Amino acid sequence: MHKRSLFEQVGLLGRAAIDVIEALGRSALFLMHATFGRSGAGGGFQLLVKQIHSIGVLSLPIIVVSGLFIGMVLALQGYNILVSYGSEQAVGQLVALTLLRELGPVVTGLLFAGRAGSALTAEIGNMKSTEQLSSLEMIGVDPLKYIIAPRLWAGFLSMPLLAAIFNVVGIWGAAMVAVDWLGVYDGSFWASMQSSVDLYDDVVNGAIKSIAFAFVVTWIAVFQGYDCEPTSEGIGRATTRTVVYASLAVLGLDFILTALMFGDN
Amino acid sequence: MSDSNDYAVTLKGVSFKRGSRSIFNNVDIRIPRGKVTGIMGPSGCGKTTLLRLIAAQLRPESGEVWVNGHNLPQLSRSELFEMRKEMGVLFQSGALFTDLDVFENVAFPLRVHTKLPDEMVRDIVLMKLQAVGLRGAIDLMPDELSGGMKRRVALARAIALDPQILMYDEPFVGQDPIAMGVLVRLIRLLNDALGITSIVVSHDLAETASIADYLYVVGDGQVLGEGTPEDLMNSKNPRVTQFMKGLPDGPVPFHFPAPDYRNDLLGRR
Repeated sequence: MHKRSLFEQVGLLGRAAIDVIEALGRSALFLMHATFGRSGAGGGFQLLVKQIHSIGVLSLPIIVVSGLFIGMVLALQGYNILVSYGSEQAVGQLVALTLLRELGPVVTGLLFAGRAGSALTAEIGNMKSTEQLSSLEMIGVDPLKYIIAPRLWAGFLSMPLLAAIFNVVGIWGAAMVAVDWLGVYDGSFWASMQSSVDLYDDVVNGAIKSIAFAFVVTWIAVFQGYDCEPTSEGIGRATTRTVVYASLAVLGLDFILTALMFGDN
Repeated sequence: MSDSNDYAVTLKGVSFKRGSRSIFNNVDIRIPRGKVTGIMGPSGCGKTTLLRLIAAQLRPESGEVWVNGHNLPQLSRSELFEMRKEMGVLFQSGALFTDLDVFENVAFPLRVHTKLPDEMVRDIVLMKLQAVGLRGAIDLMPDELSGGMKRRVALARAIALDPQILMYDEPFVGQDPIAMGVLVRLIRLLNDALGITSIVVSHDLAETASIADYLYVVGDGQVLGEGTPEDLMNSKNPRVTQFMKGLPDGPVPFHFPAPDYRNDLLGRR
């Protein structure tokens, strides 16, 4: 086995850094070209509706089921802790703040990356490997605008709505467990939620987080598909990269946004 | 001026690299207008890359790629998309849009680039499909077609806007003898009937030579030989002769470079 000299190792490190910067530059140009400008092929609205269906509507089952169970678990765990302090009526507050500020946007972002992000990467990668993207170019249609742009916009629009649905279903699941099963007085459950949730601090900040996650996850997913090596192995690797990068981006960005939004409280 | 009239495509001093590997080094190619020109060479020599350079899907490191009087590397992205309406490409896989049926695949370029009424689009699509013998398959989805049928539908789509230049990327690969015969006939027929310029990139010698008016043999990043099929069959260039006659050993060796066989067997590597 060839042992690399220090110079070679530094060289490799430099090469890797250049590759990362190059990929970032490519993805920024890609985003700019895809986001601005019309498709030129017409039918932009129908393309957008079709993509909202495949990205947003088809992600609903996993979002609804996950939201329901996470809300139920939160209520159960929260109740078990709060009951020892005689504060079980605050479980509504706990669930609502946890979901709106953190779990709603973050878990939706992670699920969206796994369900819709991986599907987007695989679909676009497959179009690349079967030369459908090249074929569009040769027909005189820019694939960035015809294929990528509707998917980007569909992702930007769908994920915040999915996060809102996740929150609503989660709170409903929590109410089922806390009120209907564990016997927390429903007036206290809802009143504690109503008095503690602030429209700007909690609802708007949560929505801003979900919009930021939607942007990052969809961008990563479509770029990985478009930039992948056009082979079945290449598509597989790109799909894995989408889930890993998007999940890490969601978690990292969540910390930054939380620090900015709630850091000085 | 006469050059641009006589030749639909002209590559002047084109060099292209992938990473540090040189694919083409100062290559000059001229594609005569209205003829079928074959670009041949062994697998992996960069034939498809050459096609993508002509279609401006790749930019050369240096050199000029003139198509119908335009130097493509100098065009803006939007000018390039406009220019491509004059070209059609038949990709190796057919590259049909998998979510559209045969009719919509062929109608796609017409819907995108024209404002023709639906009845007229339908008539044109039927005519194009009739030309490739697949009018009866109008309602089928791409996954219901055989490989040969996919290429014929893709051909109908490529000629939907009546391009001036039609490029074929390995059109005969993986085709049964009947489908191959159909494609060979169609390429020649469409070229003559529509008066277009056809560029066939292929390593299938017999089929390409049978329809080409002019041939280029490329390899080692250069043009190894050019001329009519007869000229190339009688070429004295050993690389061209090896390729045209399908000889297993020659300038392109049968053996991949390896250490001495005897030493290797005796473990003295």
